[in-house]
Amino acid sequence: MTASQITHRILTGETTAVAVCEEHLERIKAIEPKLSAFNTVTAERALDRARALDGQQKAGGPLGPLHGVPVAFKDNMCTAGVPTTASSKILRGYVPPYSATVVTRLEAAGAVMVGKTNLDEFAMGSSTENSALGPTRNPWDLERTPGGSSGGSAAAVASGMVPLALGSDTGGSIRQPAALCGIVGLKPTYGRVSRYGLMAFASSLDQIGPLAHTVADAALAFQVIGGHDRHDATSSSEAMPDLPAALTGNITGLRVGVPKAFLGEGVDAAVLAAFTEAMQTLAARGAVLVDIELPHAGYGIPVYYLIATAEASSNLARYDGVRYGHRTTIERDDTLLTMYERSRDEGFGAEVKRRIMLGTYVLSAGYYDAYYLKAQQVRTLLRQDFERVFASVDVVATPTTPTPAFRLGEKTSDPIQMYLNDIFTVSANLTGLPAISLPCGFSAGRLPIGVQLTGRMFDEATLLRAADAYQRDTAFHNESPR
Amino acid sequence: MSTLTQKDVKRIAELARLELTADELDLFTRQLGGILTYVEQIRALDTTGVPPTSHVLNRPVDRDDVLEPSLTRDELLANAPDAAREAGLFKVPRVI
Repeated sequence: MTASQITHRILTGETTAVAVCEEHLERIKAIEPKLSAFNTVTAERALDRARALDGQQKAGGPLGPLHGVPVAFKDNMCTAGVPTTASSKILRGYVPPYSATVVTRLEAAGAVMVGKTNLDEFAMGSSTENSALGPTRNPWDLERTPGGSSGGSAAAVASGMVPLALGSDTGGSIRQPAALCGIVGLKPTYGRVSRYGLMAFASSLDQIGPLAHTVADAALAFQVIGGHDRHDATSSSEAMPDLPAALTGNITGLRVGVPKAFLGEGVDAAVLAAFTEAMQTLAARGAVLVDIELPHAGYGIPVYYLIATAEASSNLARYDGVRYGHRTTIERDDTLLTMYERSRDEGFGAEVKRRIMLGTYVLSAGYYDAYYLKAQQVRTLLRQDFERVFASVDVVATPTTPTPAFRLGEKTSDPIQMYLNDIFTVSANLTGLPAISLPCGFSAGRLPIGVQLTGRMFDEATLLRAADAYQRDTAFHNESPR
Repeated sequence: MSTLTQKDVKRIAELARLELTADELDLFTRQLGGILTYVEQIRALDTTGVPPTSHVLNRPVDRDDVLEPSLTRDELLANAPDAAREAGLFKVPRVI
């Protein structure tokens, strides 16, 4: 059942928030042991909250657009009184004293948090294997990864444990797992959704967004979490569009740009075939396909890894064993410096250390211009590519990932192979543009395949209209794993 | 082709406040060298006169600097590995 169906059934008296909550908690109990999608399940809290919502409905009080919808939050979003670990040993047992704005807003809209989901430590990874709590498994094939870093949220939605979850996306961390798990994942325009209470990875790239089965549900959640927040200095005051009204199904004359030259190398044949068919589906509904070129898109991965690691090395300096998080056992003669260094080495996992070190190096004296500044300049060239293209098209289409879900352990020993999975997704983070992944087919082995649409800055209305129109003509999003 | 020595990696780890084990030093020297060689492909691009992008939102978002309720001292100390809660202080090893 989708989020909007759940709210509708509760409001019409067909069911109650408590009954819906109990059903989903039962499903979690049955399926979670196979998937490890959750770091924490907040069953009691959820039932209390559902009872309160049913009470509000009986009393005739005002009810939110997500009334009674069970939701899960990626475990890098702070939830007051509920442990938040970023799947890192360094934050084991951390209980935030406040909630992220997205959590407050979803709860105010009537959503019921049932738990916190697994991720690659501090959102650094593409497979959820970099979690200190162990990997999450893909509901379509338990031997494969759900993608990452929001792999727990994607697996929880794909397996029907929740109809809706939030993830964060720094280089593809919502869209890539959505594609690999056969669901919808939206990364809004940078600045649209408050990052207050999101544990920072790379501040100029991080953005929170929804994962759901339908574009309509993703739009509903985005409507609730989007909009200005004075607690985030990078939060935009650009007015939010009326999204339900924007989903008209009409894409006649919509111009869809396809960067053919960028789709060549390394893309799986089944992915390419599903993508081509998706373009034909859009064209059959009245969209116009346009050949475009993005000459700098191929440099996205190196630019991304230089900028994201530089920002991460600075953001993760706060984990020093003083105010919160893991502190090493102090011996008699240990200095403060030893405490910092040993606490951090014990608390961080290998990928996090690799990225902190790479970021530290590229920002250090003598290397700044050659690496970091150069990457920032190429970031400008990439933005110019998209600015030029958006003068003549309304959305840009690519596959979301070059291949369907890969096997657990397949890429863990080779960081670069893992990074290359994000080739189609990093551009949206570097440019700030909104992008969405939609289910568009299956491989021969019945693994989901995703298509990605990218829109203009702050034009989620057009992006979601195109995505919703596509779902009106396809049924891939109705398929579930066995 | 970038070559990083163990000495380089040790220096980076010091700057990053990470006390690496010998195994980590080996592994990271190899992997960071590989990653740097990979990212160096951007050096082939001519970026003369191209302004850097540090952030995609060009307008700064200012607000008035007014006092408002924030977390209490007790709430902030609640997660500390070691604290003198009565005095309201975080505790660390002796510095002086």
